This record gives sequence, C-alpha cells and structure tokens, in this order.
Amino acid sequence: MWTWFYRLASPPYVYRTAAAFAPWFLLIAGIAIAYGVIDGLVFAPPDYQQGNAFRIIYVHAPAGWLSMFGYTLMAVAGAIGLIWRIKMAHAVSAAVAPIGASFTVLGLVTGSLWGRPMWGTYWAWDPRLTSELILLFLYFGVMSLRAAFEDPARGDRAAALLAIVGVVNVPIIHFSVQWWNSLHQGATVMKFEKSSMPGSMLWPLLAMFLGFMLFFGAMLCMRLRGEVLNRERQSSWVREMLRA
Amino acid sequence: MSVGAGSAMSLVLRRELTLSFRRPDQLLQPLVFFLIVTTLFPLALSPELSLLRDMAPGVLWVAALLASLLSMEGLFKSDAEDGTLEQLALSGQSLGVIVIAKTLAHWLVSGAALVVISPLVATGLAVPIEAFPIMMLSLAMGTLTLSWLGAIGAGLTVGLRRGSVLLSLIVLPLAMPLLIFGANATDRAIGGETAAGALYFLAALCVFTTSLAPLAATAALRITLE
Repeated sequence: MWTWFYRLASPPYVYRTAAAFAPWFLLIAGIAIAYGVIDGLVFAPPDYQQGNAFRIIYVHAPAGWLSMFGYTLMAVAGAIGLIWRIKMAHAVSAAVAPIGASFTVLGLVTGSLWGRPMWGTYWAWDPRLTSELILLFLYFGVMSLRAAFEDPARGDRAAALLAIVGVVNVPIIHFSVQWWNSLHQGATVMKFEKSSMPGSMLWPLLAMFLGFMLFFGAMLCMRLRGEVLNRERQSSWVREMLRA
Repeated sequence: MSVGAGSAMSLVLRRELTLSFRRPDQLLQPLVFFLIVTTLFPLALSPELSLLRDMAPGVLWVAALLASLLSMEGLFKSDAEDGTLEQLALSGQSLGVIVIAKTLAHWLVSGAALVVISPLVATGLAVPIEAFPIMMLSLAMGTLTLSWLGAIGAGLTVGLRRGSVLLSLIVLPLAMPLLIFGANATDRAIGGETAAGALYFLAALCVFTTSLAPLAATAALRITLE
C-alpha cells in the first residue's frame, strides 16, 4: 500500500513521473487560464465600486495564494528531507523556491498596480503587503543559504532548517504586522469588504486559481526534472539515459 | 571525568566571558557602532528635539538590531575555525547546553551592554528620563530574542566564507516582529502611555525563542559541523 510513497524517493521514478505529469498540468492550466482570462477580462461585469480595475484580481489573488502555498510546500518538503533523509524531498524544496518567490513578486507587482488606481499609491504599508514583502525576504534567505554551500547536501539541510524556522515565524510576522499597522493608522483608504462575489465574477476567478495551481505544478515538475538531473548527474541511470 | 549539564554550561559560559574580556576592543566595537549609527540620524535628518523624540524608538531599535547582528557572526566562528566547536560537540555534553551557554554569553557582552549604554544614546535623542525603564526593559528582552534568532543564523552560516551578509539576510526578516513590538513599547513609553501590551508581546517572543531557538540553533550547528 505504501509502495507508491517509497517510490517517490527514487530519482529515476521522480524524473519520469514529473515528465509524465508536466504536459497534462500545462494543458489543463492553459485551458483554465484561457477561460479565466477571457471570461474574467471580457464577460464579467465591472465592479460597482472599482470599475474595470478590479479585474487584476484574476492574477493577483491566485499569485498571492501560491506565494504562501509555495513557501509552505518548500518547508514541508524540507522537513521531510531533513527527518527521513529523502534526497528527492530536498530536490522538491530546491525546485519550488524560485517558483514561489516569482509568484510572490507577481503578487506584489499586481497588488501595487492595483493599488495605484484604488488607493492612489503604488505602495502602502498595509499589513498584507508588508507581510508579503517579508515573505519574499524569507524566500531570498532560503535560496541564498542553499546556494552558499559548496556541498549541496549540507546546503539542502541548512535551507530546509531555515525554511522550517521561517514557517514558524510566518504567523508571528503576519499578526505582528497587522497589530503594528492597526495601531498606527486608524481609518485607511484601503477598505474594500470582501463582498460575496456574484457567479459571473467568481467562476473566472476559480478557473484562474485552478489554472495557476496547475501552472505552478507544471513549473514544479519541470524544475524538479532539472534539479534531479543536476543532482544525479554522476549516477548510472542518467548516463545511460543520455547515451540512449 | 564526567561533568553535569549545569556545570558544563557554567564552564562554557565562564570561558566565553573570559575570552570576551581578554579582547576588550572586540567587546567595545558593537557598542561604538551603536553610538555612531544613532549619531548619524540627527546629522542626516534634523537636530530638532521634537522630531528626534518622535524618531527615537525607531532609531534606537534599528541601531540595536544592527549592532547586535554585527557581533553575531563571531558567535561560533572563531571556535569553529580552530576546532574548539568540534571538540565541544564531541565532548559528550549535549550540544544544546553549549549553544545555550554561548548564546547567553554573547547576549551578556553585546545585548546587555547595549541596554546599559542605551540611556546615553536616548538622552541624545531627547527621550525623557521617565521612559528609560521601559525602553531598557524592552531592549533587554529584544536583544535576548535577537541573540537566539542570531544563534540560528550563525549556526547555519558558520562554515561559510562570506557568511556575514547572508547572516543579516536570514536574521533580519525573522526579527521584524521584534522591531515592531520593541519600537512600539518604546514609543508608548516616550508618549507617556501604557506600554504593557507591547511588552507582553515582547516577553512572549522572548520566551518563545528561548524555548525553541536553542533546538533550531543546535540542529543548524549539527548540519554545518558534520
């Protein structure tokens, strides 16, 4: 029953599975994103308050969600690698970091572009923006720590430990930043209540979430393959595969 | 000869303190750095006292963070370079006890020293004397928390040739909640308001890191040492 789980520790199996999944993820992601973009940007009605500017939510919300999902995945994979000494878990952790960081940047950039028409400024020290920015710094820390080690195995384990420490800190950072801001700023311009969305707006958003997640998965599969090849370049199966 | 954990801790603590006091210049450098950085702000912004008083919490806390971080790199470095750390790790004592003793010693010579000279800096920034006790209490808890966080970072970067920038990159994001609550407590003390809420948060962070950071720092050392 657990054999599928054990096989995940085998580099050739991971390499082939990732190769098999990637095109499907990409295909479905393409369809979902195409539907989401067309329906969200063209057919969904403009927001009664924000007009057409709200449409950036179709990129912003999935990106913001994936930035946090990516960090959690990085830490969980790192923890699995650290505890059970599974090399492939470290490979996943290493592969996911730049993707998660990119989505964090995307979330920040789209949020900033959205902020300009809505709040009249590209950047406000809003709790969510600030904690997202700190999340980006945490990504940078983990990525640079991994890169700083000459011995990749040690770099993996050090980065995994830092990712775990970061995950413990993320809720603390989140709440401290909220508390900090609520004290300093009373009424803010950026109040938009999470109103219950009508279906015509919601469906494209859900499609974008699905599409972004699958795109994330596809990117992860591709980066994971590169990571596995790079890590296993001395092993016989890679040499045989390259010879064939 | 076997030594109990408590006496091992006090031995390491005494060794660290002796080593620090044999090198008074290294002991003083972070403190001088703290003084110089806080001097920069009135020069760069404005010597007007009311403005300085508004900025004082932020200036004090950022300068304390940086000064404390500056000395953090040396926490394990010299011992790792001459092999002492490996000997300590192999000594049969729990590495965690040694990490705790070393971090406490580091805090005593850097963090606690910063707390002691902070009234001097605060006077220059026009902080009223009534705010000193809360400012010093918050700085004491904050620098201790920072020492624990720094111990994790120092443990992770100890084997690296260019660890110092990386250490800041790792530790500063983790220290941001600390800065928020610490500066807030100081700010409220200066304004004559009650600072209890922020102090409780600081105390919680302090207890939290004191209980968990030694584990993480020990694990970090085990990764980099082996």
